[in-house]
Amino acid sequence: MYKYIIRRILVFIPMLFALTVIVFGLAQAAPGDALTGQQLADPRVDPEVYEKQREALGLNDPIPVQYAKWISNVAQGDFGKSLVFNGRSVADLIEARFANTLYLGIFSLFITIVVAIPIGIYSARKPYSLLDYAATGFGFLGLAIPNFFFGLIAIYVLSINLGWFPAQGTLSGPGMAGFEAFFSRLHHMVLPGITLGLAGTATYMRYMRSEVLDVLGSDYIRTAKAKGMSDSNVLYKHTLRNALIPIITLMGFEIGVLLSGAVITEQVFQYPGLGTLFISSVTNRDFPVVMAITLILGILILIGNLLADIFYSIVDPRIRYD
Amino acid sequence: MTKQPLLDVDHLKTYFYLDDERVAKAVDDISFSVYPGETVALVGESGSGKSITALSIMQLINKPGRIIDGAILMNGEELLKLSTKQMTKVRGNDVAMIFQEPMTALNPVYTIGNQITEMLRKHKKMNKQQAKTRAIELLNTVGIPRAEEVIHEYPHQLSGGMRQRVMIAMAISCEPKLLIADEPTTALDVTIQAQILDLMADMREKFDMALLLITHDLGVVSEYADRVMVMYGGQIVEEAPTKQLLRTTKHPYTKGLLGSIPKLEEDTNRLEAIKGTVPPAYDFPAGCRFSSRCPFVMEKCTQVNPELELIESNHNVRCHLYEDGGNTDE
Ligand SMILES: Nc1ncnc2c1ncn2[C@@H]1O[C@H](COP(=O)(O)OP(=O)(O)OP(=O)(O)O)[C@@H](O)[C@H]1O
Ligand SMILES: [Mg+2]
Repeated sequence: MYKYIIRRILVFIPMLFALTVIVFGLAQAAPGDALTGQQLADPRVDPEVYEKQREALGLNDPIPVQYAKWISNVAQGDFGKSLVFNGRSVADLIEARFANTLYLGIFSLFITIVVAIPIGIYSARKPYSLLDYAATGFGFLGLAIPNFFFGLIAIYVLSINLGWFPAQGTLSGPGMAGFEAFFSRLHHMVLPGITLGLAGTATYMRYMRSEVLDVLGSDYIRTAKAKGMSDSNVLYKHTLRNALIPIITLMGFEIGVLLSGAVITEQVFQYPGLGTLFISSVTNRDFPVVMAITLILGILILIGNLLADIFYSIVDPRIRYD
Repeated sequence: MTKQPLLDVDHLKTYFYLDDERVAKAVDDISFSVYPGETVALVGESGSGKSITALSIMQLINKPGRIIDGAILMNGEELLKLSTKQMTKVRGNDVAMIFQEPMTALNPVYTIGNQITEMLRKHKKMNKQQAKTRAIELLNTVGIPRAEEVIHEYPHQLSGGMRQRVMIAMAISCEPKLLIADEPTTALDVTIQAQILDLMADMREKFDMALLLITHDLGVVSEYADRVMVMYGGQIVEEAPTKQLLRTTKHPYTKGLLGSIPKLEEDTNRLEAIKGTVPPAYDFPAGCRFSSRCPFVMEKCTQVNPELELIESNHNVRCHLYEDGGNTDE
């Protein structure tokens, strides 16, 4: 098992390397650079000034040279400086945003699991019941409505009209601490969290329903019943663990789905996470930030897949990695 | 047999409501008894309702299916009147069941030990340690080597024959009075089949259980069963002690079944399988259900379904040929 994990991590390195090459190349292929915007905004400034800055920042070097510089710095843990935010270090800029996105992702995954799995189980136990039909309807809606649209409706109804939840940000005011800050954070995460988790909730609900139905019809469940096991034992011991096996595999990919969903959701709620930073960095051609975020997202997705494999082997004894 | 029956199935009907028009009469008015300690074979072609009869006794009939009528008495206690919860105390404890497919009958994510001990803990109220010790004993009893290790293993680590032994170990763990085995060897290698059947026969004797053995192998019947019930179209068509049934076969269907076993020492050209296939359970022919395939079909057969009648001592037959104790030469 440990050998397997180490092997998997070693495979990550070339994958991440390829990822950075591709993103770096694509980013450079886009027209303009970090200074283009400033130049356009203030045409009275002598173009020479910008040209000198470009030279100083190394923006005129050939792309492979720029990449080599960047990757050797990253290898030493230095993501460089932002070209836009007054030269703040990228690491510094990302740190706070990263935590916000992480909280939002975990919160949304939590909502997804807590809502989808019990409803999925219920739907499977009472198929074609009223609640099952309701869940099916909700599932279709959840998958059909785009994130941003649901987000806008949520803001309009729950925030503007009813005033139950804040529509943007992470904290109600400056200088909050302890429990007060924690609850304010949670309160702010409700709408973006639900929005972000909507599609996932719908998906997992349907998956859970069909998995449980499948397992309930299997031979070993009939054996468990024939042994005289109670209904709850049959459901929670014999059925659930088997039904969760494919769900866990799916969850590994969910990290990637959540992160890409976060880009849009954070934008809608003006939530200061990696997603909003990513979009502004792309528009501003702040490539050091873009590259750093790409790398982090890449690592997270690979870790997600690895975790899914590990959980998979824990739940299913037939899977052995060695 | 003057003893009280252990199991008494009385006019049992289990129907599957397939859709608005079609009702599959999988088990249609079946009555029989099983006495303590005896081995009764239930035979018949695929689709004749053998498994559904067994599952009805266990009350494990799923969705479109329902037990719509009849009574099932176990030691005089009416099982169909028990609550769901009370029934869980009967399953595995008073009546145990072994299935056809050992490869999928065990839960893949729990150890063998876990799956045996959970029964002992539920029915026998044993603690963890007692249950574990007992599980090892049981695995030894059913001839599994390295039982101490096997309890920590998962089903996928065992062969089909070993898994069926585990199923038998589970089935006998709470010393049930009745063991139902639904084609327990069909999925196994020929060499393993005899071992498993011998093991079940041993266990039946050792634990003084009655055995309801479902099979379509008449060779197995002649070797292991005291009494045979032949099923066709959800009904019993012939029933007698094994020797008697094999020697003086009455029902044309049973004759067909016997004829369809190839006998090595005989001329294989005489192999007379039953023509045609079992009609679907939602579309039986009018009159006798076997009339569409019967070589001796008479006009009456297509109009009236005969009753199961005692025509000789211990020999019941459902056929117009034998009405009024009548004898026919074929
Ligand atoms: N789940 C089900 N849904 C609908 N009909 C069913 C279902 N299970 C059984 N039946 C009906 O009941 C009839 C009897 O089935 P059963 O499984 O008892 O046959 P069997 O005698 O055990 O055959 P086999 O030798 O193939 O195991 C079938 O022909 C089928 O029409
Ligand atoms: Mg069957």
